Amino acid sequence: MTASAFVFWVLATIVLGSAAVVVLSRSLINSAFALLATFAGVAGFYVLLGADFLAAVQFLVYVGGILILLVFGVMLTHRIQDLDLRAEARQLVPGLFVAAGVFALLTAVATRTPWAQGPGRELSATTADIGRAFLGKYLLPFEAASILLLVALIGAALIVRKREDA
Amino acid sequence: MNLEPGLAHYLVVSAALFALGLLGLITRRNAVQALMGVELMLNSANINLVAFNRFGTGGIDGQVFGTFVIVVAAAEVAVALALVLTLYRARRTPNLDAATSLRG
Repeated sequence: MTASAFVFWVLATIVLGSAAVVVLSRSLINSAFALLATFAGVAGFYVLLGADFLAAVQFLVYVGGILILLVFGVMLTHRIQDLDLRAEARQLVPGLFVAAGVFALLTAVATRTPWAQGPGRELSATTADIGRAFLGKYLLPFEAASILLLVALIGAALIVRKREDA
Repeated sequence: MNLEPGLAHYLVVSAALFALGLLGLITRRNAVQALMGVELMLNSANINLVAFNRFGTGGIDGQVFGTFVIVVAAAEVAVALALVLTLYRARRTPNLDAATSLRG
């Protein structure tokens, strides 16, 4: 077993184990902290796949932004005194069947399809190439994404604003 | 069994992550935890994009798409948390079961 194979299996264990904690834990705070491990593990996958820029973005945006927002969401929607922050699940058995079915379907598709595999991109720094793609081939989606972020920012602030007239 | 990670290995791991996220989304009553399920699913899709980029026919397109997915996830989580806070303000609970005003 080579080093990259070893790292892959360690990362897969971390990602899937912590994701299971996120989904199945009865405590919201445990879920949030397990999500940290999941995001970090996915960033590790990106490094293993030669996507250095995306790994950094994953850390900055997911761990530094989205996870903090989620923890804020947990804190703001619970009273301080219910410290255990219990959250119950409903219909766990039907949910398990649906999730297992989706996993079986996706696995069958992933392993049976003859994917067009090539040599791939040789391992090298990706930031410059991604920047050129953003300002060249993908200029229109890039601008649309910036407008989407602006609209989401304004919309989120507008939705949570306390209304004086209502 | 081939232990060396190839494209199929990444796809299967990402399928498992997607199924776990789906399980969280459909079984959790707490809105924030359902949102965490959505984030897991977005991450699994991103693993697929980067894996196809690595084992595909060259180019950088998969990673560019992955960046777009992260951007959309950030916008989505901001708006979704605003909705959760509004739900909490209106119903004093973060449970999705409480949002039944539109039920006929």
